[in-house]
Amino acid sequence: MADLLRLEGVHTHIGQYHILQGVDLVVPEGELTMLLGRNGAGKTTTLRTVMGMWRASAGELGFAGTDLKPLATPDIARLGVGYVPENMGVFAALTVRENMILAARDGAMDEGRLDWIFSLFPALKKFWGLPAGNLSGGQKQMLSIARAMIEPRRLILIDEPSKGLAPAIVDALIEAMRELKRTATTILMVEQNFRMAQALGDGVAVMDDGRVVHAGRMADLAADPDLQARLLGLSLGAHQ
Amino acid sequence: MTDRTSDTASAIPAPPLAERLKAQAPYWTVPALAVLGLVLIADVSTWGTLTLAGLAMGMLIFIMASGLTLVFGLMDVLNFGHGAFISIGAFVGATVLLALGAWTGSDSLALNLGAVLLAIVAAMLATGGLGWFFERVIVKPVYGAHLKQILVTMGGLIVAEELIHLIWGPNQIPLPRPEVLKGSWVVGDVIVEKYRVLAVVLGAAIFVGLRWALVHTKLGLLIRAGVENGEMVEALGYRVRRLFVLVFVAGSALAGLGGVMWGLYDEIITAQMGLNILVLVFIVVIIGGLGSVEGCFIGALLVGLMANYTGFLAPKVALGSNILLMVVILMWRPRGLLPAGKG
Repeated sequence: MADLLRLEGVHTHIGQYHILQGVDLVVPEGELTMLLGRNGAGKTTTLRTVMGMWRASAGELGFAGTDLKPLATPDIARLGVGYVPENMGVFAALTVRENMILAARDGAMDEGRLDWIFSLFPALKKFWGLPAGNLSGGQKQMLSIARAMIEPRRLILIDEPSKGLAPAIVDALIEAMRELKRTATTILMVEQNFRMAQALGDGVAVMDDGRVVHAGRMADLAADPDLQARLLGLSLGAHQ
Repeated sequence: MTDRTSDTASAIPAPPLAERLKAQAPYWTVPALAVLGLVLIADVSTWGTLTLAGLAMGMLIFIMASGLTLVFGLMDVLNFGHGAFISIGAFVGATVLLALGAWTGSDSLALNLGAVLLAIVAAMLATGGLGWFFERVIVKPVYGAHLKQILVTMGGLIVAEELIHLIWGPNQIPLPRPEVLKGSWVVGDVIVEKYRVLAVVLGAAIFVGLRWALVHTKLGLLIRAGVENGEMVEALGYRVRRLFVLVFVAGSALAGLGGVMWGLYDEIITAQMGLNILVLVFIVVIIGGLGSVEGCFIGALLVGLMANYTGFLAPKVALGSNILLMVVILMWRPRGLLPAGKG
């Protein structure tokens, strides 16, 4: 499978801190790649650097043959990259509907896609006209993911969708992600919840100290407890 | 999956009554202040006159403050240069009105309003264009640096004041109202100044129009979303900086409009008027909650009413009354009446 996103030796500085210290990462087209690692390993920074929210100070950032480094965030989004941030980035003062209208940048929302989203997240239909600030944490996460799904995207970056959610909601999210995967959308997902990672990941990359320290197939990592313990250590036990 | 999500969905309880009242409290501050004024003044006709004057003053301040609050909300830009647009708007408008002496001097309502309208259009074009230049040349290099913004926009304000002296001379300029807008009606015992009615109608129309645009147009949605989380708006593929320039230009044009109306309200204009009004404008923006047009509207009406009531009841306190109002409101709601986003 061709690589849709390719990072080579990417360094990112935030202020005086050197966060990414030469990240090499490949996201094959049509797959869901899991980005794992302990807190502070640089996972979120990697997503934000791809999105142009933080500038890479060195290295190569290629997306489907386009160099992302000189591009601003809106231009990267217009290449067909969707972003679901860790804090969900829901516009609380806007209604669920208005959130979705903004996400469908290219014009009116596609009815078919909307029905599909409603079938995955019925709560969004129920609270369609209500301010998104009134939603629960799980519903906000659903809205945030739905915003990335309302238009066909080539790549969706999702930052820890299971964070702070009840196990039942996480199951619902896993189901929705499986549906999204069926559309052959390429996804790069940061996750701390190994159960979710195992259920969804095709490929996996593990980060530590601003570098990717392991890259391979999720199935191989899932089948190898020793490798898990070595790569993920305590964080795995804490989140399982 | 369906069951789970709908279960959690229906699990959101309606907020208790006390919380709902607390959320609505900011909307009741204006009627509450009006009632308090009535009790203290204890004379309906005086109270009516003062209330109308307060509302008119508040509406004019709102027109000038609405752009500033959005400018801050969208890009965190503190623009002290906003006062320059008020002054320059007033001078451009005055130039048009004085040139159209035949129109303003006639008894025809149409000609009078036509002259005011032309003055407003000229002022808005001038200040809108100036706003664009100001944003590109003065504000853009200092995005994200508050101290530099304060210094450099203050500098811009001083340069603009000196430019006014250069173009229109150092003296204040008397600006008589058009014939039909002079004088007042007497309704019962209440003196209703005609110009104040125009100010209230215009201010209310601008508030309704702005609110409509913010709620019902995609551009408005983008502005509201951008005030809350500009980074996420960019991640959806919109260029927030372009949006900001647009809001900056529109806000500058509204300040120009406010300048013309304020000039006609005071019937005299000076190069320093913008700076003087800017103090009130900032109080209103802070009271309302940074980035909120509705909060700004409520704050402006409070400031207008407060200034007129205290001016009558305790003239010595009047000067500081709006600072007092700001202190009280910030003690009650530290982020202003209706803060928008950035939570």
